[in-house]
Amino acid sequence: MSDIAPIRFRSATEETPLARWALIGIAFAGLAVLVFAPLIAVFAEALVQGAWAAVKSLGNRDALSAIKLTLIITAIAVPLNAAFGIAAAWFITKFDFRGKAFLITLIDLPFSVSPVVAGLCIVLMFGSNSLLGGWLVAQGYHIVFALPGIVLATMFVTFPFVARELIPVMIEQGRAEEEAALTLGASGWRTFWTVTIPNIRWALLYGVLLCNARAMGEFGAVAVVSGKIRGQTATMPITIEMLYNEYLSVAAFSMAAVLALLALVTLLLKTLLEIRHADQLSAQRRH
Amino acid sequence: MHIQIDEISKQFGTTAALTPVSLSIPSGALVALLGPSGSGKTTLLRILGGLEFPSSGRVRFDGQDATNLTVQQRRAGFVFQSYALFRHMTVFDNIAYGLTARPRASRPQKAEIARRVTKLLELIQLPDIGGRFPSQLSGGQRQRVALARALAIEPRMLLLDEPFGALDAKVRKELRQGLRDIHDETGLTTIFVTHDQDEAMELADLVVVMSMGRIEQIGKPADIRARPATAFVREFIGA
Repeated sequence: MSDIAPIRFRSATEETPLARWALIGIAFAGLAVLVFAPLIAVFAEALVQGAWAAVKSLGNRDALSAIKLTLIITAIAVPLNAAFGIAAAWFITKFDFRGKAFLITLIDLPFSVSPVVAGLCIVLMFGSNSLLGGWLVAQGYHIVFALPGIVLATMFVTFPFVARELIPVMIEQGRAEEEAALTLGASGWRTFWTVTIPNIRWALLYGVLLCNARAMGEFGAVAVVSGKIRGQTATMPITIEMLYNEYLSVAAFSMAAVLALLALVTLLLKTLLEIRHADQLSAQRRH
Repeated sequence: MHIQIDEISKQFGTTAALTPVSLSIPSGALVALLGPSGSGKTTLLRILGGLEFPSSGRVRFDGQDATNLTVQQRRAGFVFQSYALFRHMTVFDNIAYGLTARPRASRPQKAEIARRVTKLLELIQLPDIGGRFPSQLSGGQRQRVALARALAIEPRMLLLDEPFGALDAKVRKELRQGLRDIHDETGLTTIFVTHDQDEAMELADLVVVMSMGRIEQIGKPADIRARPATAFVREFIGA
């Protein structure tokens, strides 16, 4: 009687169980060390003197002003960047023109330029020593060391997020659906709202969330243009740094925990939306 | 509707997609634009639909100059090669799109739109699929929905870009008859683009053979088969 080896059912692309568990293990270990541990440390450090001390540190005027400032900046920068991002992605994917590659490179510029350099550029352009900045200051408009400068710096740094998410999606979808809407008598505007936007809404949401997270957390560029005036132009990340340098560790980590929490909330929102629209998502992706 | 194409040419950058071509399409005809890829047949169809504008020449609908009409003003029912159904809308909403997109003054009532969509779903013999999404349909069903969507706007002509290109052989045969039936029922001037000479010969009243941006021959299928005008036509139809 010959031995018949049991038949193993494994597809060609499947790894052995050992390799699989090793890979999953490495992924989890990496996440634990690089993401979860620091996050937990932030919250633990904030609560080291109890929840009351943490809350109290957030209740003073400067801390509240920092939180308010960061929310205002985000509320201005993110919608504007979403609009610019849609416009840029639309222009790049729906039209053929000379210099397209150059424009795409230009959109990526904020990713490759250091935020500090970006901040310095804004100071050079709009500072009171420059021609434009001097004139604006004479008219009573302060850009540098004021809200407009911080918004400009934040927008520069977060500019690519929405456009970068949208461009590949819009290239893949092509122009046929828009053309179909036009042949059916829809105006360009109607086509945009009833065909283009629904087709890109998930990519748009994802781009906006990334943009939002980065806008709240931006440090380098804002540090240069804000002047770090406590209670006026100090955003949350800047306040955290100042508090930490003054050895006010509970206050610094409490603020950091709030900033981390804001980011976690946006991620949670995205996940909830995805779960809620799971059917629709999969139905569209199969098309 | 009678369609007259006078000396239409189209340049894309430095390449000529269409050298001046002229063509007269009688009202109610079922016409095939037949040719290999790069012959300019799709460009010509898109010019008729208002999706491209010619570099020179004129298009006339029933004798009226239509060259400068916008894509919306053309009222051409256009069926795209990959159907271009709106993936985020149900079949019902896809077909209703052209009616709901009308300006308020000429937009039918909701009930009237529903009635027309139901009628179109019956016409394409898929009465029960109104609630489904395009991704839940077979290729043949998608093609028929695209046809119904194009018919919903009460078009003045029907333009189809490779309408059977993405289908398997059996479904293709069935849908050829379906298109013929719909053409006969609506009486619409219908122009379709194809690279399949069998399809053109079997379905069309009039076949326009194209190559390299030129019209090689215009004629009834039997005439083209019997008397190919050029060496290209003879070779292409395999006569």
